Amino acid sequence: MSSDQVMRDMMANLPVPEFESTPWASPPPLSEATVAIVTSAGLHRADQDRFEGRGDTSYRMLDRGDRELILGHWSSNFDRAAYVSDHNVVYPIDRLEQLAADGTIGAVAPRHVAFAGNQPDTVSEVRLDTGPAAAAELRADGVDVAILTPV
Amino acid sequence: MCVLAHVLEDAGIATVVLASMRPVAERMNVPRVLYCEFPLGRPLGMPDNAQFQHRVLAAAFDLLNAPSGPVLVDYPEVVEAVETPLACALPPRYDPDIAPSIDEAQGLRAAYDRAVARRGATEVGRAVDADGVAAALGDLERVAAGEHWKEVYGPRLDTIAIAHDIRAYYQEAALELAGGPPPGARQAEAWFYEETEAGKTLAAARDALTEQEAPSGITFYMQPVGR
Repeated sequence: MSSDQVMRDMMANLPVPEFESTPWASPPPLSEATVAIVTSAGLHRADQDRFEGRGDTSYRMLDRGDRELILGHWSSNFDRAAYVSDHNVVYPIDRLEQLAADGTIGAVAPRHVAFAGNQPDTVSEVRLDTGPAAAAELRADGVDVAILTPV
Repeated sequence: MCVLAHVLEDAGIATVVLASMRPVAERMNVPRVLYCEFPLGRPLGMPDNAQFQHRVLAAAFDLLNAPSGPVLVDYPEVVEAVETPLACALPPRYDPDIAPSIDEAQGLRAAYDRAVARRGATEVGRAVDADGVAAALGDLERVAAGEHWKEVYGPRLDTIAIAHDIRAYYQEAALELAGGPPPGARQAEAWFYEETEAGKTLAAARDALTEQEAPSGITFYMQPVGR
């Protein structure tokens, strides 16, 4: 069995936070929408604080022009080499720039967000504290749509 | 990620999750999910393949047209991991007076330095930098040879960070030496754990730590699951 299948089987039955309903934001047409990337890969600039080990619920704001960020998610259980070859496979910032240039999306957000995965199973802090804080920063930048990229 | 989708939508931001764990997404009432059966660590599927990445993004943006949710769609293209080791030569044995793993790591330094110069960044540095890789391997050799880990490291031992840095150093050097298009997922990992002296040292140190009944938090992440 492949390592990916082992991981998927391990995660399939883990307890997850319960949500009784599905929130629903209605975005403007894509050609008018400002789009951000939100990733759980723990990306950060070299001059930003690293993510701690397990249970670091903080986030980093990444500027639109940042490239070659460090992959701060600490797990050994995913392909870490692909990101080194091409950051877009985790953080498709150059693809968004192309889509903005050809008019498919309205604009690339001025700032993007990275959290680190491998959170405690309840994820209370992300849910109640740091998640809403990051969302407020994106809203302040006029973000309408977020693409979420886990590793 | 699924929790953040809820939080962002509550704040008025429409989200699409490029999910890698379908059962998790299914159970969390997430507004819009594109399930992508790609190797873990590659939410956009293929490195150095802008067309592939654009197709994934187009499918994700398509979900914004749904009138209500939750919406969970399977992306039709599947990418499988490749488990055969990357074809990458290792340096010849040079200094017989030092451990094979340290000799090997030193032999890869030039390729590592070229890789860092090309990319302008490195993943090495969580516990040690490139200059510290040889000493980190030396410590693991001592553990593998039977010394108790507390003798080698003191009370704190962050094997997750140490193993990460050694593996990152090797993988960055290997990608540089192999050249060509990016390898399949898991190929660099297979090369490191199956073919290098450092990978063997890491495995031997983990076995020794397990024998010493070190906490599982120390040993578990020294290698990916399944190894």
